Amino acid sequence: MAVDKSQVDYVAKLARLEFSEEEKEKFVGDFNKILQFVEKLNEIDTENVEISISSYPMFNALREDEVKPSLSLDEVLLNAPDKENGYFRVPKVVD
Amino acid sequence: MDFEAVIGLEIHAELSTKSKIFCSCTTEFGKDANTHCCPVCLGLPGALPVLNKSVVDFAIKAGLALNCKINKDTYMARKNYFYPDAPKNYQITQHETPLCSEGYIEIETDEGVKRIGIQRIHIEEDAGKALHEGENSLIDFNRSGVPLIEIVTNPDMRSPKEARMFFEKLRSILLYTEVSDCKMQEGSLRCDANVSVRPKGSTEFGVKTEIKNMNSFKALEKALEYEIERQINAIKKGERIVQETRRWDEARGQTIVMRSKEEAHDYRYFPEPDMVYLKLDDEWIEDIRKTMPELPDEKKKRYIEEFGLPEYDANIITTSKELAAFFEEAVNIGGNPKTISNWIMGEVLRILNDREMEITDVKFTAKDLVKLISLVEKGTISNTIAKKVFVDMFETGKDPEKIVEEKGLVQITDEAAIREIVNKVLDENPQSVTDFKNGKTKAVGFIVGQVMKASKGKANPQMVNKLVEEELLKR
Repeated sequence: MAVDKSQVDYVAKLARLEFSEEEKEKFVGDFNKILQFVEKLNEIDTENVEISISSYPMFNALREDEVKPSLSLDEVLLNAPDKENGYFRVPKVVD
Repeated sequence: MDFEAVIGLEIHAELSTKSKIFCSCTTEFGKDANTHCCPVCLGLPGALPVLNKSVVDFAIKAGLALNCKINKDTYMARKNYFYPDAPKNYQITQHETPLCSEGYIEIETDEGVKRIGIQRIHIEEDAGKALHEGENSLIDFNRSGVPLIEIVTNPDMRSPKEARMFFEKLRSILLYTEVSDCKMQEGSLRCDANVSVRPKGSTEFGVKTEIKNMNSFKALEKALEYEIERQINAIKKGERIVQETRRWDEARGQTIVMRSKEEAHDYRYFPEPDMVYLKLDDEWIEDIRKTMPELPDEKKKRYIEEFGLPEYDANIITTSKELAAFFEEAVNIGGNPKTISNWIMGEVLRILNDREMEITDVKFTAKDLVKLISLVEKGTISNTIAKKVFVDMFETGKDPEKIVEEKGLVQITDEAAIREIVNKVLDENPQSVTDFKNGKTKAVGFIVGQVMKASKGKANPQMVNKLVEEELLKR
C-alpha cells in the first residue's frame, strides 16, 4: 500500500494539524518508508497465531472499587489556559 | 403503499460503582465542577488508567440479566476524536471484543411476546460535561471517567411503542440488578435510536438516521413517531433519505439535523496500549450469577402462579422493584394477595401517579395497608370509607385504625339505625318512591346513594341495599 498526498491531508485533518506543502511532500516519503518497513512483517506466516495486543504476558490488572481523595480545584485548574468559576473555559463548541 | 419502521437502540447506563472506571475519584453526582478529578480522569500526560473490578462485575451482571454470552477474552480499545469534554482526545472503550454479546429481552406487545435481540454490551468511560455560554463553552470533568455500559440492540423494533416498551423493560432489569440507578434526569440512563422506514413486507433496510437527546420514555416515543412520519413523507414526495444524526428538540417537537454522515468521524480504533487483557474464568462468572436477584419476568410468573394475580396486574407491579417489594411485604404480613394487588393497582398507583411520587417516597407502610384492608374485611369500615382513610394515611402516615377511631368512621351496622335513615330519606323523596312504584328501578340506586350520603358513608352498604328495598316495598 502506497501513501499519496490526499492521505497525508486526511491524517493531518484527523489530527487537527496544519502543514506546508513542503512538509506534506516530506511526509508522503516518510509514511511510505514506515509502511514499507512494517510490511516486512507480512513475510511471516501468522496462520494459527493468536492476535497479541500487548507485549506483556499479563492480564487483569484491576483495582478494588475504593474512593480516594481527588485533587483540589486549584490543582485541577493549575494548567488551564483559561478558566471561569471552577470550569475550564474553551472557545464555544456546539456539536 | 404501507410503510414499516425499523428501529434499533443504543443505550448508555452509568454503573453503580463508588469510584470511576480507571481512577479512584468518586462518581457522586451534582457536586461543584471539577472537584472529582485527578491526573487520570483529566488525561494528564503520564497518568495510567487501572480498571475498576466492580465495573467488570456490573457489566457481567447486566450481560447475564440480558441473556448474553459473556466473552472471557476481551481488551479495551482507544477511540480517537477531538471534543473538549474528552480530555485525552480519545475515549477508552471496547471495540472488537465487547464483554457481552448475543442477548435478548422479551417484551409483551399486542401481538404477544416479542424477543428483541441485544447485539452487544461493552464497558467504557463517560466524557465530561460542556455547558455552552455566550462565546465560550465551560467544561466540568466530574463525569469524565464515570463507568458506562453501552447496550446495542439489533434492529428488531417495528414501532415507537415497541421501542418504548423495550427501553422500559431494560430500565426495570438494570434497576432490579442494581447495575445502574437509571436516573434519566441526571443522565445516568441515556438512549439514542437508529431508525429507517421501508415498504411493509420488504426485507431490505432503508437509509437510517440516528436520533439523540431523548431524555425520557415519552421523548423517545414522540421523537420516533415524528422521525418515522418525516421519513415516510419524504419518500412519498420522491426525496432521498440522507444518513445523518438528528437531535430531538422537545420544545419544538421535531428532530433537527446535527451532522450528516459525510462529516462522520473516523475513530481509528486500536487496542489500548495502557491496559492489559481482561481474562474471565467460569468461577468469576458463576460467582456473579449467584448474586442475581429474581428478575421481573420470573417474579411476574411467580405472582401469577403463586398468588393468582391477573397477568396485567402482575406485569405492572413487577415493573418496579420497589413496588414489587412493597407488595411482597404486605403479602408476608398476612394480607390476601389479590386484595393487596387490587389496592396497589387502584388507590396506591393512582395517588402515586397524581403526585408524581414513587412507592419509596410514601409515609405509610405495607403493614398500614394490610391493616386498612383488614378493617374492610372485618366490616369495621366500608370500602368507600377505606378509600378516604387511605388518602388520610397517605397524607399523614398515621395508623389506619387510629384514623378510623379519631374520625369516628366505624361502619354503622345497627339495623334499626340504618332503617331510620332509610325512612327519613324516603320521606324526603316522595318522587323517587312514586318512580319506583311505576317500575323505575333506577330510583333504588338514587335512594341508596342518598342514604349513604346521610350516613356520611358510614352505613354498611349491603344492609342499606337490603333495607331500602324492604322499606320501598312497604310503601
